[in-house]
Amino acid sequence: MMQREKIQHKDDMTVTLPSDKEVLITRTLHASRELVFEAMTEPRHLKQWLGPRVMTITVAESDLREGGAWRFVHRAPDGVDHAFSGTIREFRPPERVVRTNTYQNIPGAESLETMTLEEHGPMTKISIQVLFKSREQRDGYIASGAEGGMRESYERLDEYLAKA
Amino acid sequence: MHTAVFGILADPTRRRIVEALRSGEHAVNDIVEKVDIDQSGVSRHLHILHKAGFVQVRPDGPKRLYSLRPEPFEELDAWLRTYKENMQESFSRLDARLERMKKKEVK
Repeated sequence: MMQREKIQHKDDMTVTLPSDKEVLITRTLHASRELVFEAMTEPRHLKQWLGPRVMTITVAESDLREGGAWRFVHRAPDGVDHAFSGTIREFRPPERVVRTNTYQNIPGAESLETMTLEEHGPMTKISIQVLFKSREQRDGYIASGAEGGMRESYERLDEYLAKA
Repeated sequence: MHTAVFGILADPTRRRIVEALRSGEHAVNDIVEKVDIDQSGVSRHLHILHKAGFVQVRPDGPKRLYSLRPEPFEELDAWLRTYKENMQESFSRLDARLERMKKKEVK
C-alpha cells in the first residue's frame, strides 16, 4: 500500500507535439476531479501556482462561464509584463474547459486551449491541448514559455556560483 | 535564440529538405528527387539552410554533399526541455496547493 502511494505521487507529466500546430500536456494529480477543476480555473488558486517562480501574477481575472472573459498578467523580474487573455468557449465543471488564449507579446498569437479532466479512482488525469494557427506560432510560444525557466536556471546558477 | 530558427523551419519546403537529409548526406540531385521540387528551388532553400547553420556541405569530386548540423536542432530541443521543466515546476506547486485544499486550509 505504501509502495502504491509512492508510485501515485510520481511526476508523470508529458509534453508532446502531436501535430505541427499542437502541444499536448498531460499529468496525473493526486486529488478529486472537483478539486482539480477548482484549482485549474479559480483565479485565487491559479495565482498560487501558475507560471515560473520568478514571475509575479499582477492580474488574475476569469469570468467562469461560457462566453466569459479571462485575463492574466505575469510580471517578469525585469518589469516586462506577459499578458494572456481570451474568451471561455465551453465551461463544463468538473470535466472540460475550452478557451481562446491570446498572448499579447507575439502579434497574432492566438491559440485554442482544451482542458479535459478524467477521473482515475482517487486521481485525476489532466490533458491540456493547445492548438495554434501555425507551426511558427506554436514554436514561438514554446520559446517564450521557456524563457522564464531559462532565466530561473541562470539565477540558480548565479546563486550556486556565489556560494562556491 | 532567435525566433529566426523557427522562421527557417516554418517553411514547408525547407522542412521537407530537412526530412530528406535525416537519412544522411545527399547531393542536390538526390534531394531534388526526394522532395519533388525543381533544382533551383532546392538550391535556394539549401542556401538559406546553410546560411542559418542547419546544413553543412562538403565537396566530393564534382559533387557537393549536404548534411544536417545538429546544433540548431539541439537548440530547439533545449527550448522544449526548458518549457517542460517550467511546467513541471508549476505542477508541483499545484500538487502542494491541492494538498492544502484537501485539508481545507484554503478556500
